[in-house]
Amino acid sequence: MHRVKESRPSTADRFRGSAATPIHSKRVTLPSGAQPPSPIRLLVELVDLSVSLGGVPVLSGCRLTLQPGESLGVAGPNGAGKSTLLAVVATFITPTGGSGAVLGTPLGSPRIPAVRAGIGWSGHLPALYPDLTLGENLALAARLGGHPASQGHTVLEQVGLGGAAGIRAERCSNGMRRRADLARLLIGSPRLVLLDEPDAGLDQDAAPIIDHLVRTTTRRGGGVLCVSHDAAKLSGWVDRVVEMRDGSIT
Amino acid sequence: MSAGFWRSAGLIALRDLRVELRSGEALTVVFPFAVVASWIAPLATNASPLLLRDLAAPVYWLITLLFGMMVVLRQTALETRAQRRALALTGLDPAARFAGRSGASGLVLAAVAGTLVFPVIIFYDYRPPSGAWLMAPVIILAAAGLAMLGTLAGDVTIGLRARTSLAPLLMAPLAVPLVMGAAQSLESLVAGKSIITWVLVLVIADLGLAAAGVMSARALEEISL
Repeated sequence: MHRVKESRPSTADRFRGSAATPIHSKRVTLPSGAQPPSPIRLLVELVDLSVSLGGVPVLSGCRLTLQPGESLGVAGPNGAGKSTLLAVVATFITPTGGSGAVLGTPLGSPRIPAVRAGIGWSGHLPALYPDLTLGENLALAARLGGHPASQGHTVLEQVGLGGAAGIRAERCSNGMRRRADLARLLIGSPRLVLLDEPDAGLDQDAAPIIDHLVRTTTRRGGGVLCVSHDAAKLSGWVDRVVEMRDGSIT
Repeated sequence: MSAGFWRSAGLIALRDLRVELRSGEALTVVFPFAVVASWIAPLATNASPLLLRDLAAPVYWLITLLFGMMVVLRQTALETRAQRRALALTGLDPAARFAGRSGASGLVLAAVAGTLVFPVIIFYDYRPPSGAWLMAPVIILAAAGLAMLGTLAGDVTIGLRARTSLAPLLMAPLAVPLVMGAAQSLESLVAGKSIITWVLVLVIADLGLAAAGVMSARALEEISL
């Protein structure tokens, strides 16, 4: 690949250009014997799903579907249950009522841990180790996922943090940590990407990272579920937006 | 596709050791306090040299247990829920996580316990028995057991408000076979007897803890997410 060394483009410029030249345009050769991911009709399907935490109902009667290649936003005020909904879809919380399936596997099934490697999740707080550098954090995530450590550095470059790979996470600004956390989702191309208030702590220049993440995921047949209190921002990133209030999707 | 079991365990151990090396808490905070604690008996009792020599071994094991618990439980308390969730989504086998965490804690604990031998020898004018080098594998086995026990106790109490007091309370009684095995190994050496019985006690305790940790890892992970 030929790279022209010119003035360094801003993160925004980099991602504006990515629509025409997708990062994952390279043809991927599967190792011998490996099977391509089986086609799934619905990446997420929730039917009258309810969740109680400590006896307090948090979600009730939630219905939601997410198809391959689709991006969906869930907007709602604080305390509406958006993060809990995302935690259920991420398989962190088992529903107490109704039914649901993620990546074709019923929630609560013993097979659920096996589908986790196909899910990418970014929560309120970055999941980085403060004593490790950004590069070490991302390399660890890559290697644990069975990918080469160099992929950690590659995704850091994609979010404009290539030069900050050697800085410890605790010494980075909140925005840098947030970017690095989003970069983690670019490792291994998960089939389902879950974003919780993804722009929190990000400056304007970094916002296209979310746009890029959503587009690259949906373009390769994955799905994105994104929650935010800001419906206007959500509609700029995803195909459709539903509203959530008092634990129910309206 | 995630990394294999031992590779994952190695990566987790490397992460924990790197974090420990950078924060330096075990060696720059816990160890100096352990040294000070070991000095208290000679200072407070004004005891005769003979009495001090008799006290040396019990004080050493007591301090190793107490400060060892601090080292091990601190390591398990470092991980946030977000980090645990992100780790689970890499496809990491929870048993590999247990093995890696225990391995790293065991190494740090063995380093602390091994180094603590020297101040105890100095403060208590302790004369190590012949064949004292045999205590090296004993300390490693005891450290490994305490590390696995601490990792288990840390995972069992994760998310509980009373965690900081509950985890040591849970750990201390279960550590009895380990401390007994280690202390009696030294006593046997002093008496000129074989230590094999007590080493076997340590090995069996370690194997039991390893089995418990591996078998409960998945269930404990689900609770912690």
